[in-house]
Amino acid sequence: MMVLVYTFVILFAFACIFPFLYVISYSVMPYSEYLENPVKMIPSKLDFGAYKEILKFPLLYSGYRNTLFITIVGTLLNLTLLIISAYPLSKADLKGRKIILWMILFTMLFSGGMIPRYYLVRELGLINSLGSLILPGAISAYNLILMKNFVGNIPDSLEEAALIDGANELQILWRIIVPLSKAAIASFAIMCAVNHWNSFFDAVIFLTQRDQWPLMLVLREMVFEGGAGAIQNVVAEEDMAQTFTIQMAMIVVIIVPIICVYPFLQKYFVTGLTIGGVKE
Amino acid sequence: MRTKSTIKAGKMNGAKTTNLTALQYFNKKKYLYLMLLPCVIYFILFHYVPMYGIVMAFKDFDFGKGIWNSPWIGLENFRYMFSLPDFYSVLKNSLTLSLLRLLFGFPMPLLLALMINEIRMVKFKKTVQTIIYLPHFISWVVIGGILVNFLSPTWGVVNKILGSFGVEPIFFMAEEKYFKWMVVLSSIWKEAGWGTILYLAALTAINPELYEAARIDGANRFQQLYRITLPCIVPTIVTLFILRTGTIMSNGSEQILVLQNSQNLSVSEVFETYTYRVGIIGGRYSFATTVGLFTSVIGTVLIVCTNRISKMMGENGLW
Repeated sequence: MMVLVYTFVILFAFACIFPFLYVISYSVMPYSEYLENPVKMIPSKLDFGAYKEILKFPLLYSGYRNTLFITIVGTLLNLTLLIISAYPLSKADLKGRKIILWMILFTMLFSGGMIPRYYLVRELGLINSLGSLILPGAISAYNLILMKNFVGNIPDSLEEAALIDGANELQILWRIIVPLSKAAIASFAIMCAVNHWNSFFDAVIFLTQRDQWPLMLVLREMVFEGGAGAIQNVVAEEDMAQTFTIQMAMIVVIIVPIICVYPFLQKYFVTGLTIGGVKE
Repeated sequence: MRTKSTIKAGKMNGAKTTNLTALQYFNKKKYLYLMLLPCVIYFILFHYVPMYGIVMAFKDFDFGKGIWNSPWIGLENFRYMFSLPDFYSVLKNSLTLSLLRLLFGFPMPLLLALMINEIRMVKFKKTVQTIIYLPHFISWVVIGGILVNFLSPTWGVVNKILGSFGVEPIFFMAEEKYFKWMVVLSSIWKEAGWGTILYLAALTAINPELYEAARIDGANRFQQLYRITLPCIVPTIVTLFILRTGTIMSNGSEQILVLQNSQNLSVSEVFETYTYRVGIIGGRYSFATTVGLFTSVIGTVLIVCTNRISKMMGENGLW
């Protein structure tokens, strides 16, 4: 019985990691070798030709710049708003809090949909600006409720002591609440940053100029619209070789930052999802 | 508790009465309200203003006139939508994909979590968890890129392996019967590992004394699973299930948009991609809003209903 459990778990774990290992290996493998035996994982010699090719690609640089900007500025904005909104909402005696909470919860149940949202962003003049990828999602209702519950669990006695010492709420937030919520804030930071790094649907809708594209749109064009080697179905076998290896290299370049920070972030995953519980 | 302490604090600051007028109250809490201001503005602007935009569904929206001045046309858009054969094929695709996902994708994290929970070697368990969370952190564009390349009928590794057994190349991403399974499997592959987190947290919260007592009474592993583990995590399952029912009409725009191509359009066109194509590319705002409204209303109704049913059955609801 336990043998079955172990086999299944190990197989699933292998399935999760193998495609990425293969992508890395294919990206440095000569295409002829791949054709000979595609299952082979260790290339006989390293071929960095594909990487040299993509480094010549100007969209890679603008893509990296845009994605970094969205990720850094977006995450900072997410966290700032999350903290300053969660703190007052955690105050049970604050008048008007209930109404605001209901207002927030209702948006988790019902939304205007894609088109009214698009029209609003358009009317705000945010089309073709990176702000369109940052502002419409500045606060996540779900994260806010989690953070509110977390802050609410911090003992009142600490705040009261500071209040008696004459500190105002801004000072309390900065000196007591933020230091005590470090773990929660860190896990929200990861989630927000990864989201900004990976998401692309908003960019598809809101950005039409290629120099504003984040990395994901650059990759999308390379893979799905054949940007790297015209239309894949009609090019000759050798060109296709190039395309395949280049796509693999591009994927590596995009996921490397995530893979690099990933092991260090793991301890924050669980705090992020389980703090405060889902219920109010 | 809190009210009392604030009053006490207020007295210490020299306030004579505890009956504050609204203005005085506001003044006393001004920093808290100030902090809430961006949040309130954000939700009104980016969530409630778009809800007002829904009136587009009942108007013949004209860009030049704006929402307010465009003429009302009542339910004309809905009549048109329900008369359109395209709409029914999109409805069928959306439901097929999301029900398959629910049927196979929903139990998967639970199953995985129960298995991981049985593993006693701590190091091994940690490693497995680290690995199976990884795909959640990778963008759909990347995963789509890997899938399309690995499954390609001409140079994909999967077809090369199948070919060595004499199987003709299979067009996984183009043929209808394969495509829907590719969607379901890739979404399970990406999210099942991550989905175990909440279950594992619930599993570790179970009091170990329950198992001890059961063992003394002679319960075997299966009986323990059936009588202790499952009943203890039912609330988690119910909560996740209710949340899940609200998304029956949606399939996630990013995944479908990435895996969609001109050959599989007849099975891959779902509400998100259809709204995008008709509304944003085609510029038919009113009609696309109608389609969007239809799906949001159904999603909301479903989540409210399952929440009620869950409460009637004695389980806890979301609210």
